[in-house]
Amino acid sequence: MFGKIDEMKIVKIASIVLITFVIVVGMVIPMVAVPQTFWQFPLIPGLEEKARNIFYHVPVAWVSVLGFLISLWYGFRYLQTNDFDNDLKSVSAAGLGFMFCVLATVTGSIWAKFNWGSFWNWDPRETSIVILLLIYGAYFALRSALGSDEVRARLSAVYSILAGLTAPFFIFVMPRLVGGLHPGAQGDTSGSTPVAQLHMPLNMRLVFFLSLLGFSLFFFWLWNVCVRAARLEQTIFSNKQ
Amino acid sequence: MKTIAAIVAVVSKDVRSELRTRYALNALLMFVLIAVATILFALRDDHLSSDVLAGMFWVVIFFTAMSGLSRIFVSEEERGTTFTLQLVATPSVVYWGKLFFNAGLTLLLTGAVAILYIVVFPAFVVQSPSIFIVTLLLGDLGFAASATILAAIIAKAHSKGTLYPVLSFPVLIPLLMTVMQSTAKALDGENISDAFGDFQILIAYLLIMAGGSYLLFDYVWKD
Amino acid sequence: MKTVSIDAKNISKDFNRRSIFHDISFEVSSPASLAITGKNGAGKSTLSKILAGLLTPTKGSVEYGIDGKTIFSGEFRHVIGFVSPYLNLYDEFTALENLHFLSRIRSNTIDRQRIQELLMLVDLWHRRDDHVGTFSSGMKQRLKYAFALLHRPNVLLLDEPTSNLDDDGVEIVKQIVQEQKKQDLLIIATNDAAEANWCDREIKVGMDRGEKQ
Repeated sequence: MFGKIDEMKIVKIASIVLITFVIVVGMVIPMVAVPQTFWQFPLIPGLEEKARNIFYHVPVAWVSVLGFLISLWYGFRYLQTNDFDNDLKSVSAAGLGFMFCVLATVTGSIWAKFNWGSFWNWDPRETSIVILLLIYGAYFALRSALGSDEVRARLSAVYSILAGLTAPFFIFVMPRLVGGLHPGAQGDTSGSTPVAQLHMPLNMRLVFFLSLLGFSLFFFWLWNVCVRAARLEQTIFSNKQ
Repeated sequence: MKTIAAIVAVVSKDVRSELRTRYALNALLMFVLIAVATILFALRDDHLSSDVLAGMFWVVIFFTAMSGLSRIFVSEEERGTTFTLQLVATPSVVYWGKLFFNAGLTLLLTGAVAILYIVVFPAFVVQSPSIFIVTLLLGDLGFAASATILAAIIAKAHSKGTLYPVLSFPVLIPLLMTVMQSTAKALDGENISDAFGDFQILIAYLLIMAGGSYLLFDYVWKD
Repeated sequence: MKTVSIDAKNISKDFNRRSIFHDISFEVSSPASLAITGKNGAGKSTLSKILAGLLTPTKGSVEYGIDGKTIFSGEFRHVIGFVSPYLNLYDEFTALENLHFLSRIRSNTIDRQRIQELLMLVDLWHRRDDHVGTFSSGMKQRLKYAFALLHRPNVLLLDEPTSNLDDDGVEIVKQIVQEQKKQDLLIIATNDAAEANWCDREIKVGMDRGEKQ
């Protein structure tokens, strides 16, 4: 994936096309009470226009989790192989994941303000994304506090695995423990559960999954660039020795 | 059997060491006093709901634990005895030994905080002692399970003191949220069967974190 | 009487992705003695830690054998005795307590006779109930020898054997070294030529590597 430039061309073009399409279509298609054609979205009482957020906020949040998972995987690979290239990939994924996590938290907060009245609410998903942010922060704090490259790579891999072990609790347990405001949570009676039960009509579902795909590809593009840059940096560094 | 004896020896060495020097233990107990005093002065006579009390209870325990649970590894690093210990003990012996020591220490500190709270805050009345005790036991063990391996990690880092809570908090959140909820139930005098869900989560957390940290310990301990 | 062997194959160690040394290989079988020499910073202490099983090499491996059978790193602690500036004992315990505890952790035994023997050998028996924190650096060094020899190790690793020692201390070490060489393995890491000469073989770590008899 990192060697052949042609492969990446497809990723780059696809991600640009998909994201542009989603941005345009997501904002432009009108919402009507009873959709007649493919190019109309249903109006969900309670959410209305704000439902459009689903095309942007959720994929960004998903990518921040994806970044963590990839970082965890390559950290694990480093522990197995002691090959620094794995550590490089792990850190790059974490850096990007962190960026997307900030974006997700901010877009989520803004939407929360418009939807529920305040920037911070005790909602399991909102809480989970902040916890992910804390994990990323802790990961980077740990890396900067460690002396040698070998120890840094090893211990940050261990930490991300430990943090990853707590993930099941956030995903499965918390939403059940704490009633939430997010569409699809325990206390939600308004019936607006588009994501959790995929009640979205076909056209919205299509745009949503295209957005998911587009943002994911975008992530891989960015990751590819970061890893190549880091490898070059490493080459310059070792040539100086 | 030799492994168990070795683990016991590690624990007893750490216990003797703490009792011998006493600095850490004294400082920790003072810390508990100060922390509770701070909260007392901040909240005074305000009518406190059980949620707030339960929350504040575990906040004090969290920070006390952060002050005390990293000692077992940090002191070895600082005194240059890490290699000595590595030479005589296998990693699992060190892991279990340090874990049991930390579990004991956490139980001790939690007990002290609980007593202080009951004495100092009139609203802190444990109406369901059974829920309270089970929560403390499971919560403390889970706490120690996570905190021990994290202590081993930061022992190799700079700025250990501030880094420890930064690393620990995200990992401990599921535990903290659950024990706070369960403790509130204990204060409210609910039925122990209402807390079974919480206990299940605590047991799951304990098993997952103890198991995971046991598997990962080698990578942290051995350079 | 056991034969111990060490087979080091292409050991390399990096720090911060820079190589400290690479491709160190040698084989020794008891009775034998090996000196590891080299300039400061060449990696002698690092190599000795790797041989003791305390550090993992970046590349390569160390294989220990007793009577031809390979032993795994989990068993090393019964076979290796190590004296090093990086290996300290517990200041808050007495000399006796240190040896008791470490012995219990290692093998759940306390051989009081052996402990007494060794403390007398290193001339610390009269200070056995004093806290190690009150010891001078020379005394601490001697106590490290008592610790290292406690379990009659087949492999004795010494990193800077006579650091902090006065003439009497050096004599004690010479005695220990002679004993070890008779039937077991002795490995000394040092940049002191006199100490290196205690050994029959030498291996150099650093720029100009090689081995000479």
